[in-house]
Amino acid sequence: MVKPAKGTTTLAFIFKEGVMVAADSRASMGGYISSQSVKKIIEINPYMLGTMAGGAADCQFWHRNLGIKCRLHELANKRRISVTGASKLLANILYSYRGMGLSVGTMIAGWDETGPGLYYVDSEGGRLKGTRFSVGSGSPYAYGVLDNGYRYDMSVEEAAELARRSIYHATFRDGASGGVASVYYVGPNGWKKLSGDDVGELHYKYYPVMPSTVEQEMVEVAGA
Amino acid sequence: MARYDRAITVFSPDGHLFQVEYALEAVRKGNAAVGVRGTDTIVLGVEKKSTAKLQDSRTVRKIVNLDDHIALACAGLKADARVLINRARIECQSHRLTVEDPVTVEYITRYIAGLQQKYTQSGGVRPFGLSTLIVGFDPYTGVPSLYQTDPSGTFSAWKANATGRNSNSMREFLEKNYKETSGQETVKLAIRALLEVVESGGKNIEIAVMTREHGLRQLDEAEIDAIVAEIEAEKAAAEAAKKAPPKDT
Repeated sequence: MVKPAKGTTTLAFIFKEGVMVAADSRASMGGYISSQSVKKIIEINPYMLGTMAGGAADCQFWHRNLGIKCRLHELANKRRISVTGASKLLANILYSYRGMGLSVGTMIAGWDETGPGLYYVDSEGGRLKGTRFSVGSGSPYAYGVLDNGYRYDMSVEEAAELARRSIYHATFRDGASGGVASVYYVGPNGWKKLSGDDVGELHYKYYPVMPSTVEQEMVEVAGA
Repeated sequence: MARYDRAITVFSPDGHLFQVEYALEAVRKGNAAVGVRGTDTIVLGVEKKSTAKLQDSRTVRKIVNLDDHIALACAGLKADARVLINRARIECQSHRLTVEDPVTVEYITRYIAGLQQKYTQSGGVRPFGLSTLIVGFDPYTGVPSLYQTDPSGTFSAWKANATGRNSNSMREFLEKNYKETSGQETVKLAIRALLEVVESGGKNIEIAVMTREHGLRQLDEAEIDAIVAEIEAEKAAAEAAKKAPPKDT
């Protein structure tokens, strides 16, 4: 079975202050860019985010479904579900649909009683706990920048800038990623959207156009 | 309606579920069981009918573990208890598997109560004939809890409660004498409540103590006898103090 390429770049990492989540916003159908403004960071609940890579419909539906399950858990147990629990619920659902063509490569990021949490969950049924993940066709490029610039003790601004730059560099080289680089921060009080910058504008911000020295112009030859 | 069906759990004309009420009767005939919640200790105690000489008493455990941090004691039909306990144990592990977290006491109580309720509203089955006392510590906050369920499937949290034979007298005693206790004081309170209805002595009482660090620990006969002796001494001293005229008027 052909594995559908997940044309996107998403990333998330844990650092001292919490979790940083970032993604591009391009949707592509083969060579056709169907949208430049897709929301790839899905708000499961006020303290948990999910990222979208793979089939847009699959990701949106199952994240929404996960949000419902998390809310039901809260109502039944009078306490919030942990990031561990939420990611496991999603992973078990995706595992039960294994082989039926779902395409989901998501990261569940959140803050619970035990602190910041980050899990990678995919439609093969895989689930990994980690501190740094990037998912999608642009992930190799994002990893290059992310892994190089990562430090655990970054401030929120530094981490946001690292996330933004990683997404930008991925959109620069990967044709299936582009649009707007959204950056979200998850802290003890929940998530907050920090920025959404058009990657075209980011390009000129990082690499401003330098006026180049003018080459020798033609000069009036005096006389003969 | 000249005659209505008492054989399975359906409503009577005046709104009773007779099978559930009969199940409660079975509970009332079961062993006395008491649970007391302290600030850092929870104690379960059950009446132990004298074991036959040839019986291996270790196989007749009335207070059981549902998980490392949750224990259960019950009054009523012991065979029904076995089935319910096995289902609860499986649920405790299943919960650990699906959310990577131990169950809270409230969760497993809700599960057991839900199971008991299901059997009051299903075809071809009868309700479980037992009430349970479930104790444990919350896996994260460490807060101790005591819950009780009954054959109808209702449950609620208690500071101290009793079920089974003579539970009313025990509950009255607890209502009069309950105060926030910890450690050994909690154990003594539970034993004192049981002694109201049970013959005195270590061989008629089974006590288990649960603490956050050590989990569930069954007290052996000698320990229970020692505490019973302490209680009797305290009682005697109190009696003597009452009888003697007050020193300072």
